[in-house]
Formats: sequence, C-alpha cells, structure tokens
Amino acid sequence: MGANLTFVQRCIRHRSFVAGGILSGALVGIALLSVVWTPHNPIKMNIRGRFADPTWNHLLGTDQFGRDILSIIMSGAQNSITVGVVAVGIGLFFGVSLGLLASARRGWWEEIIMRMSDFMFAFPAILLAIMLVATIGPGAVNAIVAIGIFSIPVFARLTRGAANAVWAREFVLAARAAGKGRFRITVEHILPNIVSVLVVQTTIQFALAILAEAALSYLGIGSQPPTPSWGRMLSEAQTMIFLNPWLAVYPGLAIAMSVLGLNLLGDGLRDVIDPRLARER
Amino acid sequence: MTLLSVENLSVTLNTMGGPARAVRDMTFTLERGETLGLVGESGCGKSMTALALMGLLPETARASGAVRLEGENLLEYSEAAMCRVRGNRIAMVFQEPMTSLNPLHTVGHQIGEALSLHRKLGRGEAQKEALRLLEVVGIPDAGKRLGNYPHQLSGGQRQRVMIAMALSCGPDLLIADEPTTALDVTIQKQILDLIRNLVNDLGMAMILISHDLGVIAQSVDRVHVMYGGGTVESGPTAAIFEHLSHPYTQGLFAAMPKLGQRAKRKDGAKRQRLNTIPGVVPELADLPAGCTFAERCGLVTDECRAAPPPLTSVAPPAGNASSGNASAGIAPARIVEDHFAACVHLDEARARLNSA
Repeated sequence: MGANLTFVQRCIRHRSFVAGGILSGALVGIALLSVVWTPHNPIKMNIRGRFADPTWNHLLGTDQFGRDILSIIMSGAQNSITVGVVAVGIGLFFGVSLGLLASARRGWWEEIIMRMSDFMFAFPAILLAIMLVATIGPGAVNAIVAIGIFSIPVFARLTRGAANAVWAREFVLAARAAGKGRFRITVEHILPNIVSVLVVQTTIQFALAILAEAALSYLGIGSQPPTPSWGRMLSEAQTMIFLNPWLAVYPGLAIAMSVLGLNLLGDGLRDVIDPRLARER
Repeated sequence: MTLLSVENLSVTLNTMGGPARAVRDMTFTLERGETLGLVGESGCGKSMTALALMGLLPETARASGAVRLEGENLLEYSEAAMCRVRGNRIAMVFQEPMTSLNPLHTVGHQIGEALSLHRKLGRGEAQKEALRLLEVVGIPDAGKRLGNYPHQLSGGQRQRVMIAMALSCGPDLLIADEPTTALDVTIQKQILDLIRNLVNDLGMAMILISHDLGVIAQSVDRVHVMYGGGTVESGPTAAIFEHLSHPYTQGLFAAMPKLGQRAKRKDGAKRQRLNTIPGVVPELADLPAGCTFAERCGLVTDECRAAPPPLTSVAPPAGNASSGNASAGIAPARIVEDHFAACVHLDEARARLNSA
C-alpha cells in the first residue's frame, strides 16, 4: 500500500474493510429505517395468514402468528444495535478508565485492577450473565448491563497493555521531563496512541455483544416478547424447524451477517487506521 | 547562590540480583552559565544521574543524598512540585530525537503545549512563541514546520525541535543526555554548536552527558569521568585532557581511534589495532569493595581492593606540563587545584603515561 494514499483512499482499497463496512452499514441502515418504517407492523398477529410463503406482500413470508418476518428482522436489528451500543459503551467507558488508571498509577492500583479482571475472565461470561439476569430478573436492560459488565475486563486488560507500551516510549519520558503530570500525559499522549487498538476491539466487542444478546434472548432471559429480537426468533423457530425451517434461517442469517460484517470492519479498520501495520492485500 | 549542588547523590536500583548501586556518591556543583560534562561508558551511571536530578528515576530506584536547586532539595519534593520544576527550571534533551516526539501531534502543538503548561500562554501566543523558538534553533522555513508531524522532519531537525521545547520556558539548567549520539557526524557538530551558543546566550547551566570524548572536549568547562556509578576523575576540561590521571581515563583516551593510525600500515608495519580496556564493566549489583576499576587496571594492588579510593587533588606534574597528550586547540591548563582523581596510584599512573 502506498504511503501517500489518503485515509479515504486506503479505506476504499481495503477489501475486507469495504465488505465489513457495507454489511455493518446495512445493519445500521436497516435498524434506523425500522424506526420509521417497516413493511408491516412487526408485532401485529394475523393467525389466518400464518406460515405464509414469500409473496410480494410478505417478502420473507410470515411466522407462526402470521407476523411479517421481514418486519421482525428489521426491528430486531434495532434491538441488536441498542444492546451492542449500550453494552459496549459500558465496557468501553469503565474498561478504558480502569486500564488507563492501572497503567498510570502502576503498583497496587494495577495489581488490584488486573487481578479483578483476571477473576472475571475466569468465569464463563454467558453463564455469569445468566446468573446475573437470574438474580436481578430477565429483561433487555439487565441483559445489556450483564453483557456490558463482562466487556469491562476485556477493555481494561487491552487498554492497560497498550498503555503500558506507550508509557515506556521515550516521548512519554520527554513529556514527563517537560513537567507534565500523569493525568495530562494520559490524556495527551497515552489515549491518542491507543485509540486504534480500542476502535478495533470495540467493533469486535460489538459483534460479541450482538451474539451474547442473541444467546440470552434465545434462552429467554434477554429482551422479552413482544419486542422483536433475533435470538428469540431463533428459539421460537426451533420448535418448528421441520415444519418451516426458513423461520430459523432468516434470524440466523441476520446474526451471522451482522457479526461477520463487524468483524471484517474491525479487521479492516486496524489496517486502515494504522498504515504502518498495513499489509498488502 | 549556587544554582545546583549535588551532594553524595546515590541511586540504588532494586534488581532481581539484589540492590544495584547505579550511582554512588556523586558530588558536584554548578553555577549559572557553567557547563559540566559527564563522560563514561554505557552503564556507568551518567543517565541515571540525569534522571535522578529530574526526579524521573524508574519506580524500582531509590535516590539518597541531596540535589539542591538554589538550596532546595529536589529529592524531598512531591511529584506535583517536581512537575513544576521539570521543563520549567530544569529541562532535558534526550538521545533519540526519533522517538522523543509524540508521532500523533504536530511540532507546533507539542512546543505550544510546553508553553501553555508552564508559561500559561494562550493558543495564539503559544504558536507565535513556538515559531520564534523554531527560528532560534535554526529550523529553516519555521512557519511551515509548525504544522508538520515529527515523521516529516529529519533527525537533526527533530533534535532542534526537542531543543526548542527544552528552551521554551527558559530553564536555569539544561540536561542534554547524549544529544548527538543518534545523529550523523555533520549534524552532530551543528547541534553541539547550537546548544553551546544557546547556553552561552541564555546564561543557562548545562550538564552534557556523552560517551564521546570529542564532544565533551569541545563543549564543556568541567568534566566528571564516571565509572561504576561514581566519579573517578573530575576537573576543568583542559586540565583533564592535558593531565590524564586516573588509569580509567587514560584507558578511555587510549581507546580512541587516532587519525593516521592506518597510515602506518603503508610503511609495511603491522596494522595497529585499536586499544581496548581489558575486562568488562563490573556488575552493579555486585560491585567490589574497593576501587570499581581494580579488576581491569594494570596498576592494581591490594590497597586498591581494600577500600574505595577517595577523590584526591592531582598535583601538577612538575616540569613536564607539555608531555601529556593534550588535544589540539585546548589551552594548557594552569590551575589544576580542582582537578581530582580517585586513585591511590596516581604517580605510577602518570609515570606510565609519560613513558608510553
């Protein structure tokens, strides 16, 4: 990749970035569109028209209650994105703050924060999310909080590792020699130098959050009916998998495409943001 | 009042192999406008001394003794108080201009930050001042350079930017830690001239750290030759260069390649190899009880191994003032009372040098 390319040019030339961008863009676009318009009301039942085959009226057919599947999928994107944004937001905010703190203070602070995140890593996240939701009750908000809490140690560990590497660099010593305090160095020198790492991890965590939400909803402890959710569509379709397999295929595809798109985007972003790491493709 | 007075400064590093004494009992004073050179090979404690003065020692290190800046002991300062000293009263220039600048910010931004931090300048003023500083350090087309990122500048220009940042708050003391080591030789001279002129013009004091005797000879008034964390010889530059007294200093000089050394080969004589000091630098965690140089020294006796030799005044060698191997261009030293060396066999050492 040439060194003189602008950021936009590098983006356009990067295949997985473009593919990921299109898929993720479609996800966001559909979610936004579903806020103002869906072909049908996604929660309106029509028992007589259930299990309808795809027609021009119902492009993907209808489910066991006669709801328009396309509309549910579209609204489900809303749910996935909300969960992703809020859960990753929680993880990003607390995780990055803790990681930066650990890195800036070192010593006991670092020990305590890192041992706590090791402790959380030791538990299977989904199991703990189930436990958490079981104690504080099911629901979309609780699912989001549970997923968010479990992305905190991921960000904390990543941030601390990347930040420690930056702290060891000579320009940080030069900044300290210029009389800058720890907080100021963290904001001015450390954070900007680890943003690219964080952006990539954010997109990957976003994909994981969507998966986790689908899993929790599939288990019936995520968002509750009638809120459309891909995970719950899957669990509902499971009982009818031989009767009407397409009911399971659509939400499954939606989840897979979103996760694939976000992962490709993250991968592409890593190369595009940091040209020094760019590989020939 | 004495600007900087360092008294028995010692730095101990906690390493896996036990406490390592990286700096041992460094003592010197520095007045405004005075320049001091610290010279020695890698690991002799030069940079640790500098970091101790700045309060930037690694976390495993402990400093003892006193570093008095106009009477105030900096070692007792809190981190917050040290932040106001660093960059403001003591500034530092580092070895690697390639990595000493944040790659993500423009040059103007980075100089401006230093200005807003200590001099509380507004943005516009800071940029104007940054421009002036870049011109002071001789960067051509300074206006355009303000908006450049570090990777767009050459090594020499980056070092000039570092110097500009160091000067930004008008420090009383400039510490230059191997400022020219990473630069090529033609640029080295320019940067050294720049530093020397700025120190003269601004009346700062400077501590120049280098392993390069040539750099030291040209740039400073006084020299401390360091070995194993301590001073082995100190005095006015001219005096030291004229009367190499400590066996280690003699070894350092002998190890410098001399012009014309290869020419002997043409005469059919055997090619002369570069002189080296035999042996290796002692492990800092396991320093000998006596003279740290004892194991590599040709004049070693039991007395050397018994106790560390004190710094003693080097009496001027009578009658043979011109027989040292003084470098060209250095005025003969007349006053040598403040020329000290830590060796119990000074007379033998000098005799050996004169006979060589």
